[in-house]
Amino acid sequence: MKYIKEYRNKDLALRLAGTINNYISEYKGKIFLMEVCGTHTHSIFYSGIMNLLSDKIEHLSGPGCPVCVTPNEYIDTAIAYSRLPDIIITTFGDMIKVPGSTSSLEKEKASGGKVKIVYSPLESLEIAQRTPEKKVVFLGVGFETTAPLVASTILTASDEKIKNFFVLSGHKLIPPAMTALLENEEIKIDGFICPGHVSAIIGEEPYKPIATEYGIPSVIIGFEPLDLLEGIEMLIKQITVGEKPKVENQYRRVVRKRGNIKALSLINKVFEAKDSTWRGLELLPKSGLYIKARYSQFDAEKQISVNIEKTKFHSKCICGKVLTGAKKPYDCTLYGKLCTPENPIGPCMVSSEGTCAAYYKFNKQ
Amino acid sequence: MKRILLSHGSGGKATASLIKDLMLEKFGNSILNELADSAILESTGKQKLCFTTDSFVVNPLFFKGGDIATLAVNGTVNDLAVMGARPLYLSCSFILEEGLEWNMLDRITTSMANAARKAKIQIVTGDTKVVEKGNADKMYINTSGIGLLQKGLIISKEVIKEGDKIIINGEIGAHGLAVMSKRENFKTNIKSDCAPLWDIINNMLSVGGVKFMRDPTRGGVATVLCEIAENSNIGIKIKEESLPIHENVLSFSEILGLDPLYIANEGKVITVVDKDKAKPMLSNMKQNVLGKESAVIGEITKGNKGKVLLETVIGGERIIDRLTGDQLPRIC
Amino acid sequence: MCLAIPMKVIKIEGNKGVVELSGVQKEVSLNLLTNVKVGDYLIIHAGFAIEKLNEKEAKKTLTIWKEIGNLQKP
Repeated sequence: MKYIKEYRNKDLALRLAGTINNYISEYKGKIFLMEVCGTHTHSIFYSGIMNLLSDKIEHLSGPGCPVCVTPNEYIDTAIAYSRLPDIIITTFGDMIKVPGSTSSLEKEKASGGKVKIVYSPLESLEIAQRTPEKKVVFLGVGFETTAPLVASTILTASDEKIKNFFVLSGHKLIPPAMTALLENEEIKIDGFICPGHVSAIIGEEPYKPIATEYGIPSVIIGFEPLDLLEGIEMLIKQITVGEKPKVENQYRRVVRKRGNIKALSLINKVFEAKDSTWRGLELLPKSGLYIKARYSQFDAEKQISVNIEKTKFHSKCICGKVLTGAKKPYDCTLYGKLCTPENPIGPCMVSSEGTCAAYYKFNKQ
Repeated sequence: MKRILLSHGSGGKATASLIKDLMLEKFGNSILNELADSAILESTGKQKLCFTTDSFVVNPLFFKGGDIATLAVNGTVNDLAVMGARPLYLSCSFILEEGLEWNMLDRITTSMANAARKAKIQIVTGDTKVVEKGNADKMYINTSGIGLLQKGLIISKEVIKEGDKIIINGEIGAHGLAVMSKRENFKTNIKSDCAPLWDIINNMLSVGGVKFMRDPTRGGVATVLCEIAENSNIGIKIKEESLPIHENVLSFSEILGLDPLYIANEGKVITVVDKDKAKPMLSNMKQNVLGKESAVIGEITKGNKGKVLLETVIGGERIIDRLTGDQLPRIC
Repeated sequence: MCLAIPMKVIKIEGNKGVVELSGVQKEVSLNLLTNVKVGDYLIIHAGFAIEKLNEKEAKKTLTIWKEIGNLQKP
């Protein structure tokens, strides 16, 4: 497993942790580091690296779980589609358990709705080609890592004149969410762990205002234990040594300064950024990707009419505050009692990288 | 092409013909050949009987290293074996979908006969039904099994104590991924580990010191460990670097975002063993073809009661918890 | 949305490639990249290659870490 196993070396991990703890030994108070990517939440807990680091470092999980930030309306729309007789919903695995206002795709599947889990949007396109009599809707959820894949799939559908493939776009952009967090006075963030694979697409530039205008050190970090430790070391060094905050790239073997130009051009060709509702962050300007008019024949929202139920919320659910790091899961009155992985109320408990699910699974206090 | 019709399940001539040409031909024996309403079995004397049942609905029916028939035989045989019972007899019920290709059933019954021979059991009674097209996914099989419990054996969570070692007989995660690779259109050389465990378990029992055994099928090793630790006055600690996992299983898990600890196995047994017996137990297991990669993966602890703790490869720690439902391939 | 793994290109056919990791092979789309060669390591996400792994940088990183490791030795 070349370029994977080398980054899991115990000896090097312990030495890197030692370096970090040395930097922070004289520091007074706590340092709050936020990661904004669900995969980082998972990797941090899975590797157990926080056990190796000083208690002075507090790790906050921000809004990087695409399932978590998808608003109820999106899920209710997908559920409404799944009830139509000529529709097949295709989706990544995490989405099927997400609760909408009154149901979930998993429950709809059990009542006869056609819902299929796919590994790639290309599989969704293949299903559309195999079943021309059905409308196949792909739930396009995810950040900049996934958006170019969906853009490419739409372009392929266009080239091959496939008429029964549609995308319900729920794609969102990370930098607007990061700046929205910093505008929120309840939150204290000393440094950002920036998402490695989103950055492979967008490069370093979009994070620059966070360092220069908001004064928050930001490091683009990979996902293996040694990546996390090296990246945290770079952040802690910036914070404790008092350097001028800057954007750094730990994940140099994958992330280029300018990102993936071709992938960015595909996103720009198919999608446009508009204001978008994020669970917990409300409406953020230019933070969601919507399919351009030129490709509207693939836009499920424009092509498939359906009655969607009125959006309901559980009033005691504080997923929004948990997502932004303002509250911890155990601050929520529902956590572990009414809201559990078996019966999730908010998406933070549904997704395996949702903050509450991660806390519940790893029993963090 | 010859197919299964509704008439094959109606109990008439077509059913009789199917049973004769396939079941009796492939795995007939003096008891089954009677085709009586019930099988008459020899009395067991003073030994207790173990009785178990399981149903098999796997899709796809065929995968690398096995098929629904090998699962149906070994799944039930192993449920007896991990109790310390020598498997003897199986029943076998087929529910077939109308339109199923005859060739497919032919292959399955041949496979069933081979699995029965390997597991040294007899299939002594059975049933065949056919349902209308669309009402079953090609084929469902139920097998029930009877075994003889070894005299004086106590296998129970109650006797587990601090210091006991946890041993597994080989590499984990292969079966679940072998099935998944066919469904997900990946090309791999991962083979199911589906196999009958009585032989290796019988030898392990002769070493002594066995406190508890379970086969980590659905839900994987993690689920069995959670079951052992739950509602008890002990904890479990395992070491990630001790887990025997083949590189191709580890790689495929990484690609799909799955944790090998939760992936199904069909030829594995987790054993809790007295600490003084762990070394001789391992030597004994490694002599068996199903135990070459046996390893101690952890131990029973006094602290962390009710919890399963894992020391990660880099020296960190995380808690292993039960899954809510099926483990789904992740995108994030 | 970040789960992605480095896999090696073993075959290229037009805009599709077959990538491999420890015997696991998958056909993936190369639509997001240019100049892909057999032998390259690509980062694979949901059936697409999203970037090429820079092997020089990878080796450099590992060397630096090993040096830190040696400096830190008690």
